[in-house]
Amino acid sequence: MSLRLEQVTKRFGSITAVDGVTLHIPEGEMFGLLGANGAGKTTTFRMILGLLTPTEGTITWNNEPIRYDQSHLIGYLPEERGLYPKLKVKEQLIYLARLRGMKKPAIMKEMMDWLERFKVPDYVDKRVEELSKGNQQKIQFIAAVLHRPKLLILDEPFSGLDPVNVELLKEAVIDLKRNGTTIVFSSHRMEHVEELCEHLCIMHRGKPVVSGALKEIKRSFGKKNVVIHADFSLEELSRFPGVLKAKQTAEGIHLQIEHEDVSQRILAHIANKGFIRKFALEEPSLNDIFIEKVGAVYE
Amino acid sequence: MNKFWIVLWHTYITKLKSKSFLVITVIVGLLTFGVTNLNHIIDFFTKDEKKVVGVIDETGALYEPLQAQLAKNKEEKIELKLFQGTKEEAKRQVKREKWDAFLTISYDDKQLPKAAYYANTIADSATARTLEQALQQLKTALATAKIGLTPEQVKQLYEPVAFQKIALEKSAKTEEELQQARGLVYAIVFAMYMFVLMYGSMIASEVATEKSSRVMEILISSVSPVQQMFGKILGVALLSLTQFAFLFAIGFSSLKSNGYKLFHILGMEQIPAKTLVYAVIFFLLGYLLYATLFATLGSMVSRLEDVQLVVTPVTLLVLASFFIAMFGLDSPQSPVITVTSFIPFFAPLIMFLRIGMLNIADWEVAVSIALLIGTIIFVAFVGAKIYRGGVLMYGKGASWKDMRKALELTKK
Repeated sequence: MSLRLEQVTKRFGSITAVDGVTLHIPEGEMFGLLGANGAGKTTTFRMILGLLTPTEGTITWNNEPIRYDQSHLIGYLPEERGLYPKLKVKEQLIYLARLRGMKKPAIMKEMMDWLERFKVPDYVDKRVEELSKGNQQKIQFIAAVLHRPKLLILDEPFSGLDPVNVELLKEAVIDLKRNGTTIVFSSHRMEHVEELCEHLCIMHRGKPVVSGALKEIKRSFGKKNVVIHADFSLEELSRFPGVLKAKQTAEGIHLQIEHEDVSQRILAHIANKGFIRKFALEEPSLNDIFIEKVGAVYE
Repeated sequence: MNKFWIVLWHTYITKLKSKSFLVITVIVGLLTFGVTNLNHIIDFFTKDEKKVVGVIDETGALYEPLQAQLAKNKEEKIELKLFQGTKEEAKRQVKREKWDAFLTISYDDKQLPKAAYYANTIADSATARTLEQALQQLKTALATAKIGLTPEQVKQLYEPVAFQKIALEKSAKTEEELQQARGLVYAIVFAMYMFVLMYGSMIASEVATEKSSRVMEILISSVSPVQQMFGKILGVALLSLTQFAFLFAIGFSSLKSNGYKLFHILGMEQIPAKTLVYAVIFFLLGYLLYATLFATLGSMVSRLEDVQLVVTPVTLLVLASFFIAMFGLDSPQSPVITVTSFIPFFAPLIMFLRIGMLNIADWEVAVSIALLIGTIIFVAFVGAKIYRGGVLMYGKGASWKDMRKALELTKK
């Protein structure tokens, strides 16, 4: 039950929106698709769902292309949120879940469970246009997962939510994964991907720039971060050999170094200069990698 | 349940429950009831109100015949009162509203009656007209009696000329049949026209609403665009049938209780079964063709405000075929009618008109229906493709270029 994209390319006239993307997403995996606006994430999703046909390459799930007769196995939260404004939450969810092959009694039960989980059970008889944006988004999320899909595609699921609701949604996503749902989601918020995904792909202008397991990506990146808090001036360290970037902070300095060995030389260099409050060698953040990779392609 | 039926049912039920639909149905229902009971309503307000008209008969001989003439005309709403006083006194009676009006009758220089009618206002023309008519009849009788004509001769004079139209072609319809056919064809052509315009634009705005609220992307990831489009088209058709049935039931039952013969008025007493069958066939095919066009166009716009703009060409097509049909009612054999009856966009109205009014060969009907069905399949095929691409496109307005872009979206 895995999702495979093989050399998928999509062209709109002269524009190449997605260029040679190959992804293997095993069953039960949470996969993150990262990219700036216009990187080709939504187009990739639309191709996975069969809304668009790839110009080249193949997309298969369980070794078969995704068709409408499998739509009950698939859940989709589009980036552009939208529900029927005039319909009640209940009517809305019943209609959408029935289109995904669910029966009404089962829908009613699952729906109440989800509404309670998201702390909005009173909204069941409210019209969607009466709800706040954040609550509409919760309803939309419920619509995507109500029928217990095997493959769940979430396009920017956390955008526009307050931190409390982001947590609520994140927990729900983690639970779904624990129950064996294969989840693909896109985001331009690195920390969400870092927190949730084992595997990811960074896209830039339609091309996959980095792809693989999160740990692998971080290790092979090579560069590390050093955080130093000290009572004396650390300004001279920005010119230390092996230091790539330096950023002064209120308490000290953040450095990016080309290899972890550099950190030891820095430590030796400053050891006798005064009181050192903190000296930490850190893994690069996904944000660093993203900026580096995307920036590098830019130049 | 098949997803097509889910879409159909959902479209039907949500529209049926919507306030605007209920309000419109109730209003039109009341209007239907009102129009079909117009005579009752008028009677209700004017029931016991007899108009009292004073009469100053200067001739001294015409009051009795006038009253007799009114009675002969079965006029019960006017009560005449012979008055012996002067005009001034009579005027006072009217001003004090004892009478509604008064009439002075005298002879002119040819010894024929003439009259003057006095009332506070002459807005109520019905009373004056009734009196004028009765006096006219009286005058005719007097004048003809003067030149010595018998009532027999007078009758002959006024009898309309006998004028009969006879078709030489054996299969051609008789005048009576044509008259009947004209009534029926007019009713059905008008119904088709209303039906297509009302419900066609309902479909277009329905699609545009789903697009503008962005719920469309979830929908097309669950149901294929073809199923969705036709589920919607037939859901709206079902809705319209419900509305029609409701209005027809009101109109029919109130006309029946009124003693009108609706079928007689429309010339539907002896409609050939063939005509009715063709009416249903062309009605359905016409609706399918236009509804598919409307749905396709609705998928092109992203805002509800743009719907009217984008469906205008199709609306004009419907209008054009309506006017051609109106023209064809008077001259069904015109070449314009013959040609347009084969053009699919006009065929539903025009070919049906020809079937109803002329006696045309079966092959002609078959060709027209085949062309129509072919066009529907083509429009549905292209429409579903445009729909599939169109619902993913957001932008301002819609143009032919956008339509091509939408088609390209569904390609590789």
